[in-house]
Amino acid sequence: MVGEAVSARDEILARLRTALADSPPPVQVPRGYRRVDDRPDLIATLVDRLEDYKAVVHHGIDALPRLLSEVGRLAVPTDVPADWLAGYAGELHRDSPPLSPAALDDLDAVLTGCAVVVADTGTIILDAGPAQGRRALTLVPDRHICVVRTDQVVGLLPEALTRLDPRAPLTWISGPSATSDIELNRVEGVHGPRRLEVVLIDSGA
Amino acid sequence: MSRPVAPATGSGRIRTPLPFPTAAKPAVADTQLRANLHRATRTIRAKRARVVDEVPDWEALRDAGAAIKADVQRRLPELLEQFEASATAAGATVHWARDAAEACRIVVALTQAAGADEVVKVKSMATQEIELNEALEAAGIAAYETDLAELIVQLGDDTPSHILVPAIHYNRAQIREIFQRRMADAPADLSDEPAALAEAARAHLRRRFLSARVAVSGANFAVADTGTLVVVESEGNGRMCLTLPETLISVVGVEKLLPTFTDLEVFLQLLPRSSTGERMNPYTSMWTGVTPGDGPQDVHVVLVDNGRSAVLADPVGRPALSCIRCSACLNVCPVYERAGGHAYGSVYPGPIGAILSPQLTGVADNASLPYASTLCGACYDVCPVKINIPEILVHLRQQAPHPPAERAAMRVLSWVMRSPRRWAAALRLARVGAGPLGAYRERRTGARTLRRLPWPASAWTRSRDLPLPAPQTFREWWGKQ
Ligand code: SF4
Repeated sequence: MVGEAVSARDEILARLRTALADSPPPVQVPRGYRRVDDRPDLIATLVDRLEDYKAVVHHGIDALPRLLSEVGRLAVPTDVPADWLAGYAGELHRDSPPLSPAALDDLDAVLTGCAVVVADTGTIILDAGPAQGRRALTLVPDRHICVVRTDQVVGLLPEALTRLDPRAPLTWISGPSATSDIELNRVEGVHGPRRLEVVLIDSGA
Repeated sequence: MSRPVAPATGSGRIRTPLPFPTAAKPAVADTQLRANLHRATRTIRAKRARVVDEVPDWEALRDAGAAIKADVQRRLPELLEQFEASATAAGATVHWARDAAEACRIVVALTQAAGADEVVKVKSMATQEIELNEALEAAGIAAYETDLAELIVQLGDDTPSHILVPAIHYNRAQIREIFQRRMADAPADLSDEPAALAEAARAHLRRRFLSARVAVSGANFAVADTGTLVVVESEGNGRMCLTLPETLISVVGVEKLLPTFTDLEVFLQLLPRSSTGERMNPYTSMWTGVTPGDGPQDVHVVLVDNGRSAVLADPVGRPALSCIRCSACLNVCPVYERAGGHAYGSVYPGPIGAILSPQLTGVADNASLPYASTLCGACYDVCPVKINIPEILVHLRQQAPHPPAERAAMRVLSWVMRSPRRWAAALRLARVGAGPLGAYRERRTGARTLRRLPWPASAWTRSRDLPLPAPQTFREWWGKQ
């Protein structure tokens, strides 16, 4: 089995080398595209884009207690900041020991932070870093409440990539789960969380 | 290794069982199908145009995308070795498959080794190409498609007809009918509202996701310097498959490589806007080997040649390997809109299929496909990686055995002629179409004559030397002939 795999490898590489017998010339990649956003108000752009894709945006940490008061059973990563949960009276499920997929499916919502947010596309990026937990946590519960600090917001996608560690498992989220498979009309809500709520907090505060 | 080894053509679902015009006949006669395709492609064209227009540096992104892919092609062997080393260092196991059958054997063996008799699948062109579901079934392993459109196609015992939306040929009423007939747990009062249909799919697949042990995916991109794989999706079925099972097997064509992680900044801007017409698709997942305690702990990558080395060997046709499967070229193609995806036989329909399938199999095996085009050039204009599809089509036609191809062109021409609207469209397209072909002849001969009109009119004019039409007066010129 191993021997066969090795020979397939060598044969494919040899075929590809033969295919390049014409020695194509080196390629200079032109990178004339924008790498930094010069829009003055990134946050307004972000809110517009999030709402365009049917995410619900709340402003300020004070919005959290009211939001969480509707949540009976809440999943959180083990390192969730204590002040996000201030006054929470529902059933709290920390992901330690790791909650099984079936257990996660029984919960009403998950509360996490994020790593970076791209204003231009309304994209929230999770990298399993602080206050985010592992990937299953933000996938199985039907409602995802995500806290975004304003200093996590960048304008364009190239700016976001420079802040990410490629070796971390990355999940990019742009609105709630959706499909365009029926007559190419976008319908929100399939397998991922059907509700995405963003709580924007000023990092100065 | 110094022994020269010839590039090899591929196998699997990439051959047209029938010549294109014959295969297109039922679709052309099916008015419901034509209406579904017309509505869907018109919707997606408008959405794409809106989100592309709001990007001021779109052309710069296309230029970068095309150049990065050209660089990948010229350095493919070394980048594959680099990818293998990075992915292996991160805990993945990398396998190599010369052709479809070998790729299927590897996936079947890995699934059996994991002790599973079923797999959940993320939509993937590569696994369609190698006919993996059939191979799994033959080995007693059930394969469940989880993408909504793939699920519709699978339940309907049909084959995909579009790269992005495999069920594009069905409308909502037809989808409801398939669900009621084949989905045991579909609600009795299921309506044909897209939201209700999506809800039914969610309920149907939920338990399967939560208990699946093996998932099979493709990848949109494979990053050489980090060993990262990327899957772009909408519904969350991809995240379910890529996150919950213990074993993850990804089948990846060797052309999917990008040199660096930074290169994603180009392609993740080009792909969503070109494919679903969104600024960004709802979900993109990236993983690099194994992350302890998070996601699959048994991660495999199967790198597949299956004819790609043969495509690489042709310097003119090589850019077909740049394709990122966005499907924008299908959505603007007048021939695709009329003939539908099934007429192309191969899993790759539309303009990209017309150049990729014949190159993967060798032109002799797919000789009618390079003629499944009016050379209007719309595909080239929308292609995010600037593949000059008309130029490659002309190049491939020169390799096709001529008499049957001419007959094929003749038949499609008569089909086009049967409707005044089609005819007007063909003329409009032919006018634009004289562009690439005319330019090509001018380059070669320096003459302002066109020995052959762009297909399908070419079948009528091949014996005459015609003056090249002035672009703006093609219709008048044609009227005088
Ligand atoms: S050829 Fe270009 S437009 Fe067509 S699917 Fe591929 S990348 Fe998209």
